[in-house]
Amino acid sequence: MLELKNISKTFNAGTINEKKALIDVSLKLNDGDFCTVIGGNGAGKSTVMNAVAGVWPVDSGQILIDGEDVSALPEFKRAVYLGRVFQDPMTGTAGDMQIDENMALAARRGQKRTLRWGVSRKEEAEYRELVKRLDLGLEDRMTSKVGLLSGGQRQALTLLMATMKKPKVLLLDEHTAALDPKTAAKVLEATDRIVGENKLTTLMVTHNMHDAIAHGNRLIMMSNGRIIYDVAGEEKKKLKVQDLLQKFEEAGGELSDRMALS
Amino acid sequence: MAAYFASLNPTALWNAAPGGLAQGLIWGIMALGVYLTYRVLNFADLSVDGSFATGGAVAVMLILQGWSPEAVLPVAFLSGVAAGFVTGILHVWLGIPDILAGILTQISLYSINLNIMGKANQAVPAGAVTVHFTSNIRYLGQTIALTLIVDIVIIGVFYWFLGTETGSAIRATGINPHMSRAQGINTGRMKIIALAVSNGMVALSGGILAEYQGFADVKMGQGSIVIGLAAVIIGEVIGEAVLGKRLGFILRLTFVVIGAVIYYFVYVFVLWLKFPADDMKLLTAIVVAIFLAVPYLKEMRKTSFHALARRNSRANGSAKEGKEN
Repeated sequence: MLELKNISKTFNAGTINEKKALIDVSLKLNDGDFCTVIGGNGAGKSTVMNAVAGVWPVDSGQILIDGEDVSALPEFKRAVYLGRVFQDPMTGTAGDMQIDENMALAARRGQKRTLRWGVSRKEEAEYRELVKRLDLGLEDRMTSKVGLLSGGQRQALTLLMATMKKPKVLLLDEHTAALDPKTAAKVLEATDRIVGENKLTTLMVTHNMHDAIAHGNRLIMMSNGRIIYDVAGEEKKKLKVQDLLQKFEEAGGELSDRMALS
Repeated sequence: MAAYFASLNPTALWNAAPGGLAQGLIWGIMALGVYLTYRVLNFADLSVDGSFATGGAVAVMLILQGWSPEAVLPVAFLSGVAAGFVTGILHVWLGIPDILAGILTQISLYSINLNIMGKANQAVPAGAVTVHFTSNIRYLGQTIALTLIVDIVIIGVFYWFLGTETGSAIRATGINPHMSRAQGINTGRMKIIALAVSNGMVALSGGILAEYQGFADVKMGQGSIVIGLAAVIIGEVIGEAVLGKRLGFILRLTFVVIGAVIYYFVYVFVLWLKFPADDMKLLTAIVVAIFLAVPYLKEMRKTSFHALARRNSRANGSAKEGKEN
C-alpha cells in the first residue's frame, strides 16, 4: 500500500526559475493496484515518482508505504521497499558489469553488503531461470556485460531486477518511451505479466494514452503539479482516448504533441 | 655525437636494470591503488601524492622509534587509510568536488608529513637496522622476490574484494551511481571505503619505497599520481594489445603492475641516456598525456566534423573529375 499525504515540492524556490512541481498531492494506492499516470510536460508525473523514490526530500507532506512513514529516508534506504525502472535504458543497469552481477546487486537490495561472494553458484542457476522467462535469449549470455545489450533488453532486465525481490511498490517512469513500438509492446507485456503474477502495487507514468487505458486498474491525470482526474475499476475500462483529451482540455492543461499523437 | 655515444656504458644499463625492476614493483602497489579510484570508482584522487609520502614518513619514523621494518608497513597502510577517509569525508559529507577534495587532503598532508618527520627528510639508520626491502645490490634479488610476493598477494586480495558483495557495490557505484542508489547501495559509504583502501595501498607502497631508498622525504610523493596513472594506462594499453579480449580482470591488474615496471625501465633507460634527472617529471607528464590523448584522437579521426568535411570534399572532387571525363 502506498499513500501520499499532501506532498508539495517547489524547485528553485525564491528565484525566477521557481517551479511548483507538486502542490498538495494526495494519493492512496491499495495493495495490488496498478495505477497509470498521464499528463503533459511539466505536469509533475516524474516528480511524483522521484518523491516516492526519495531522490530528494519533499518540502512538506508524508509518504507512507504499508503504513510506515518513509518520507525522511534517503534514496538508498527507501530502495528496500521499491522497484524502479527508468525512461533511459542506460540508467537502470550498470553497463560495465555482467548480467548476473547486475541481478545479484538487485537481489541484495535492503541487505547489508558483506564480504561474501558477490554472486553465489546457487544464484547463477536461479537467475538463468528468471532471465529465460523474458524470452530474449539472454539466458546463454549471463556473463556478458549489460552494456552489450539493446535498449529493450536492458529495460526488460531492469524490470526483472526491480521485481525479482518483490517490492512493496513498483515505480515505472515512462519505461517504454525510449523503445521502438515493437520492443515497447514486448516490455509492456512483460510488465503486465510480472505485475499480475506478483500482485504488485504499481505506479506507471506514460505519455501514451492508449497504454494508460489498456494497462492497470486505475488511472490518474496530472496537470500543473496536481492530480486533476482519478478513475478506477469499471469506469476506467470504459474510458476512451477522446474522453481523456476532453478531460485534459477542461482542466486547461496544455496538450503535448506526444500525447496528442499517441 | 660520437663522443656522446661512446660515453654511454651498456654495462651500467645492465647493472641498473634490477633496481628499475624493484622500484617498478614497489610503484606497482601504488598503481593498483590508483586503479581502484581512477578506474573502478571513476574518481581522480589526487590525495595520493600526500599519502604516498605519509606512508614513507610513518615507516621511517617508527623504525627510528625502534619498530621492526616489517611491523611498520601495516601502520603505513593504516595511515593511508586515514588519509583516504579524510578525502572521502570532504567529498561525500561536505560536498566538495572530487579533484578539489583530493587536492585539499594532499596539501594538508604536506604539513602533516613535515610534522611527522620533524623536518623535510629522515633516514633509516644504515647498519643499525636490517631492512628486507633493501636497495643494497647484494640483496636486490631478495627485495625483488619480496616485492613480487607483495604485489601478487595484493592482486589476489584486490580480485577477491571486488568480487564480494561490498566490492560489487563499489564497482556499481563507479559505473552508475543512480542505479546503485535505486538498488539500495549507500554510494557515499562505498566511495569512502574505496578511497580509504586505495590510499592505504598507496601509503604501503610509500613505506616500502622509503625502506628501499633508505629515507623518507616530504617530496617523495610529488607527482606520484601521474606515475600511478602512467602505470595504469601503459599497462592497459599493452595488456589490450597483447591479449585483446582475453584480458580478464586479474590479468588487467597484473598488467597495471607490469605498466609500473615498464615505466621504471624507461626511466632507468632515459637516465642512462644522460637525460637530466630534473626533467623526468616533464617527460612523465608528456608520456601520460600522449597515452591519454591517443585513444581520443583515434576516435576523433573517425567521427569529427573536420573528417567529414575532408571525406565530402574528396568524394565531390572525384565526382567532378568523373563528369569532366
